[in-house]
Amino acid sequence: MEHKELICINCPMGCMLSVDIDDSGEMTVTGNNCPRGDVYARKELTDPTRIVTSIVNVTNGELPVVSVKTKEDIPKDKIDEIIKELKGVTVEAPVLIGETVLKDAAGTGVDVIATKNIRRI
Amino acid sequence: MLIVERDVRLGGILNQCIHNGFGLHTFKEELTGPEYAARYISQVEELGVPYRLSTIVTDLQLADDGHTKTVTTMDEQGGLTIYEADAVILAMGCRERARGALNIPGERPAGIYTAGTAQYFVNLEGRMPGREVVILGSGDIGLIMARRMTLEGAHVKLVAELQPYSGGLKRNIVQCLDDYGIPLMLSHTVVKIHGDKRLTGVTIAEVDDKLNPIPGSEQYYECDTLLLSCGLLPENELSGQLGVNLSPVTSGAVVNESLETSIPGVFSCGNVLHVHDLVDYVSEEAGAAGAHAAAYIQAGAGSGSGPEEAKVRVVTDGGVRYSVPSILRPDHMSDLTTIRFRVGAVYKDVDVVTYADGRELSRLHKRIMAPGEMEQLILKKADLISQGVPAEYHITIESKN
Repeated sequence: MEHKELICINCPMGCMLSVDIDDSGEMTVTGNNCPRGDVYARKELTDPTRIVTSIVNVTNGELPVVSVKTKEDIPKDKIDEIIKELKGVTVEAPVLIGETVLKDAAGTGVDVIATKNIRRI
Repeated sequence: MLIVERDVRLGGILNQCIHNGFGLHTFKEELTGPEYAARYISQVEELGVPYRLSTIVTDLQLADDGHTKTVTTMDEQGGLTIYEADAVILAMGCRERARGALNIPGERPAGIYTAGTAQYFVNLEGRMPGREVVILGSGDIGLIMARRMTLEGAHVKLVAELQPYSGGLKRNIVQCLDDYGIPLMLSHTVVKIHGDKRLTGVTIAEVDDKLNPIPGSEQYYECDTLLLSCGLLPENELSGQLGVNLSPVTSGAVVNESLETSIPGVFSCGNVLHVHDLVDYVSEEAGAAGAHAAAYIQAGAGSGSGPEEAKVRVVTDGGVRYSVPSILRPDHMSDLTTIRFRVGAVYKDVDVVTYADGRELSRLHKRIMAPGEMEQLILKKADLISQGVPAEYHITIESKN
């Protein structure tokens, strides 16, 4: 029997999760206020993932950069690689929310999309 | 109706908060700040709500008739416009506590920014304020910027927090500091700033339980950038001009259950009312303020509560620092009222207990409460007035032992 304490990062509630892992590897999660906490604890202990947010350069836009995110969460150890790939990306304004700016980031199969509308000037 | 916005675009601070975690309560999905703002901006566009950008309110006054509000605005071209309004909703947000408010001794070199200013540079202008970074204060923006600067290639050496607990959300400590191995030094502060033209380093010292630096604990850290995340202050200069009563605890307006200030027809919501950690609650509060303002106008401006209307004072103590609202008018209350509050220290395994003139109304067990996290409870009007209108509604913290 193993016991782990985690803080759920799904939302700003920050629930304190207690996980009991029995000898067969079965996990029991308590302390969560919603089902996402249960999913998070299991994932964080086996395959931790994160949503990555950053910016990429824009040409001819109202702003020089546009904010972006991975469309889904990606393995935690791929964060650096994705950030490095994004350094080489430049998009042309106009940019619309949801537009793909990088396909299959760092081989994760997850696209990076724009999170802001940027007008062309 | 008119929205007056100082910035060049709608959305306020959300535009520079490019991290995710917004909107889980409202939209049941995890959005970034700009995406969250865009949802509301499109509602404004679809409904055709008029707004003015790059326009500031320079003056807010109550007219001689006692209920018309006179709003003076100035726009980019220097044009002055005066509006007369029956109702005004104050939604100016808050400002960061800057170096001048912190009394840190030392030189005044370049390289010292509030975390929000650095966030603006990095996320909206694509510029880096520096490479070797120390962050003072563990507010959420500071934690978010610790991660952001790290991802952009800076070396964040540490986050120093004066208090023995973090000022930010637990989730941000996990995913912004722990994930990147950035140390959080509680009960530490900056005691000296070094550098003439550009910051060259800071001296950090441990503080005792009275928050005074402990001699001999000083350590020098070389850095070219110091970010300050030392709290937010509601921006209530205009409210003060208008004569709205402000709370010394929140620096926001004193409001009743309808989020109405001491001046009838003037409502307040969001971070200008009290500093929030969750944007979902800001939006919820803003929606409520809007609905109450509409109801006020429909009922005929000036028809607010008479002085004889029953009022219940909300009293907080035992570690509860304040509550919003702080006045309840049972005749204006809906069946359920959301009461938001913060505690003044970290509490573990305690009950939040409410009383109406000494009669216990509710008892809610909490595993942990911290100053950095806003709490809320839902008050049933029926419970409050089940034995007549009380003089006081009391919120306190009790420990089992």
